[in-house]
Amino acid sequence: MLMVVLLLMVVLIAFAVIIQVADNLLRLEAKKSGTDTEKSNLSIFPGLNELFRKRNPSYIGDNKVTFLKKGFDIKLEGQANRVVKNGNVATFAIQPPNFRGIAPIPKVVVEIGDNVKAGDHLFYDKTTPDLKYVAPVSGEVIAINRGERRSISEIVMLADKDQQYRELPNFDLGNSSREELVVYLLDAGAWSLFRHRPFNTVAGVHDIPRDIFISTFDTAPLAPDLNLAVEGNEAAFQEGLEVLGKLTIGKVHLALNGNGVTQPSTAFTNAEGVEKHWFNGIHPTGNVGVQIHHIAPITPNCSVWTLGVQDVVTLGRLFTENRWNTERVIAIAGAELNDPHYVRTYAGANLGDLLKDNLTNDHVRLISGDVLSGQKKRLENFVNIYDDQITVVEEGDYYELFGWLTASKSAPSASKSLPSAALFPSTVYKADTNTHGEKRAFVMTGEYESVLPMDIYPQHLMKAVLTNDYEKMEGLGIHELVEEDIALCEYVCTSKQPLQQILRTGLDMMHEQG
Amino acid sequence: MNSLIDKVKGFEPDKEKSPFLHTLYDGFFTFLFTPNTTTKGPGVHIRDRIDLKRTMVVVVLALQLCYVFGAYNIGHQHFLALGQHTGFLEGIHLKLAYGIIQILPIFIVSHVVGLGIEFYYAAKKGHGIEEGFLVSGALIPLIMPPDIPLWILTLAVAFAVILGKEAFGGTGMNIVNIALLARAFVFFAYPTTISGDQCWIAGIEFEGAAAFGEMYGWAHGFFDWIFGSVGWSTFGEGGLAVADGFTGATPLGLALEGWSSVTDVYSPMQMFWGAIPGSIGETSKPLIIMGALMLTATGIASWRIMVSCLFGAVTMGLLLNIWDFDVYMNIPWYYHFYMGSFWFAMAFMATDPVTASGTNAGKWIYGFSIGILGIIIRVMNPAYPEGWMLAIIFMNVFAPLIDHYVIQANINRRLKRVKQVA
Repeated sequence: MLMVVLLLMVVLIAFAVIIQVADNLLRLEAKKSGTDTEKSNLSIFPGLNELFRKRNPSYIGDNKVTFLKKGFDIKLEGQANRVVKNGNVATFAIQPPNFRGIAPIPKVVVEIGDNVKAGDHLFYDKTTPDLKYVAPVSGEVIAINRGERRSISEIVMLADKDQQYRELPNFDLGNSSREELVVYLLDAGAWSLFRHRPFNTVAGVHDIPRDIFISTFDTAPLAPDLNLAVEGNEAAFQEGLEVLGKLTIGKVHLALNGNGVTQPSTAFTNAEGVEKHWFNGIHPTGNVGVQIHHIAPITPNCSVWTLGVQDVVTLGRLFTENRWNTERVIAIAGAELNDPHYVRTYAGANLGDLLKDNLTNDHVRLISGDVLSGQKKRLENFVNIYDDQITVVEEGDYYELFGWLTASKSAPSASKSLPSAALFPSTVYKADTNTHGEKRAFVMTGEYESVLPMDIYPQHLMKAVLTNDYEKMEGLGIHELVEEDIALCEYVCTSKQPLQQILRTGLDMMHEQG
Repeated sequence: MNSLIDKVKGFEPDKEKSPFLHTLYDGFFTFLFTPNTTTKGPGVHIRDRIDLKRTMVVVVLALQLCYVFGAYNIGHQHFLALGQHTGFLEGIHLKLAYGIIQILPIFIVSHVVGLGIEFYYAAKKGHGIEEGFLVSGALIPLIMPPDIPLWILTLAVAFAVILGKEAFGGTGMNIVNIALLARAFVFFAYPTTISGDQCWIAGIEFEGAAAFGEMYGWAHGFFDWIFGSVGWSTFGEGGLAVADGFTGATPLGLALEGWSSVTDVYSPMQMFWGAIPGSIGETSKPLIIMGALMLTATGIASWRIMVSCLFGAVTMGLLLNIWDFDVYMNIPWYYHFYMGSFWFAMAFMATDPVTASGTNAGKWIYGFSIGILGIIIRVMNPAYPEGWMLAIIFMNVFAPLIDHYVIQANINRRLKRVKQVA
């Protein structure tokens, strides 16, 4: 018996030696002919780096991919079906509070009863009278709603059946200067598409951005697939990118999804005149703030702009169609819907019209945006201008017996102390708005860092804000963050702290200080 | 379910008239029911299921094995000293009953005093009762000697909670670990109750050179009545003389004379499994390690601190072996993990998130320093037989400093980037 085993071993070793020698000869031959380089391994064995390297999806090719490990995907029920329906929306509104940085009471230049065309001026901020905010659709102005302290919250329009557009002059992009372009964009209403970082405000009129960043994918819970949004608008998207290229002194950066699940649309992969960056990771990898951090971080005195994909399309249409056409695709998602789907409509559509006959019950929360950083709305409200998603989740105003211990209602969690999270990480959950506990002082550490793929210490930053420590806030990178970046930290927070509010307080403090 | 809530709500006292009662009611109500609060904007609309109650309860659950073993071991050591039921599994019912009689008052006093103070301050400040003391209250009995006089325990808990926590602003604000502060209070204010050879075994009286068992009380009589009725062995009257050769010394006390004098009394396996005298909950290494694994698997405690703590202790143990100055240093480094409370300190004390470093880099430094310091104090300072309590309190104080440097490094990185861009 022993002899047989020994014999077998000897045979195996001899076989291995022969293969090794043959392989070496093969490689020597290949080296001589110059075909065996680092990239093409001609050995019959895979190299170490080939075995352990993460394999890129084939469509990425040899491009560099930034892998972000930290984060958390909240898997929710009610992902929108990939069907784009035509929205049957009667009323639209433009909401001045959407434009961060302008005065609460802007100068409105229309009156109730006026008929306006899409692209006609509606209001402007008194400090920047050149920067016009325009009508998303054509129709009659039926209401100017006021919020707290007489601030203007909504300018509501009853849309025409056939959309009329304000005639814009044909702008020759190739042969005009940046100044002429700026004047044109300010008048056409396109300037409000540019969001300025730090602070996420509307870009200043004299602002010349260091770089412009566009994220072509959204990793937030139930986020829309932006491939669908750009479908059919490839030309406008490319045109928009070219306009942006003229506005910045630096580059236009396009972040692409390298997760390998869905291939980015050719509108993104074939975009010209931009720098492309591939990212692979879970939420919040799709956040443009996270991407900027890994491409070219924001410094306190710099100015970069960000735009959504559909904003770029709207911008491009100004030049391809010579009109202000805010048509866009919006995902209507959430577990409390009969039929989650996509809708083609215009900016600022009414929620009640969009959700007609679709809600399973009325004990729900309507959110413009995603569940992490969206805004709470009612049926008579309107989708925020920069959002391309409506989420509907159940209101969670229920008591739960020993809820902290037994977790009778399943809900998504990043904590492994819940068996469901530890054992079934890919289960899809039905979330509700219950806080699942009360607010406490900061106790746990390392939680926020584990879901924020940035070189930032969120907890210490928050404490710096709470203690009004300007120097530390700046040092710890408050300029690199906006609410959506910190939203996941707020979600996982054991102490239920309102991190987004704290961050905004800090940002406002820094902004006021200049 | 709804009728139950209504029934409980019927007890709600008036907030204006009796704020203390209302706080008390609120504490129990939220214990019974997760409140129906929903998220308010602006901010997230959904929240993670985890909350501080659950976090704290996971730690308390991880300690349960230590409680069971601790109670049993109190009884076992007591009967071992008397020379009765010397096998570990002999007289199980007596040992368990004895241990429960011993541990229950400690548990109750520590909770009543600690939670009472917590409730009082919660009512005074007008916020909800925070769960901080759930863990402190569960830890304190486990790190006390089994014979601790209850009035000393009361003073210690009150001192730790008032000066250690409430003075700094309550849960989440304290600098030093509450449970360890309570122990340190006893250690420095009443050293004879928590050091030497005479305190680690319950129910043994010392009078000069003579030692004998205490008389049993009414609680033992009650158990005797039960045990006697089913025909099991009983406690009896008590007051028996201790067995020949009984010292009561812990392995750490003996280790000053070298490893062989430890193994003369206790075998390494006995130390590992925990059938040795010591603080109530810290003797059984496998059970503590199971608790530690539970904390790591659930992500409640930082594995970084545990691992670096272990590394620190191993490193210092090896260094002392190399130095080899006296018989204590000569003890092979791995035997340090058989004696004393290293595992308990590493798993449950060092990992307290409030008093440990808050940054990941800081956690490595913090844990490693605790490992180094603990072994130094244990081996090189004959006045303190065990070093973990002091090492952790010392590093608790330094944790903000460590964090400061880690944070400053982050700030400097960012500054450097600004300069590069400019």
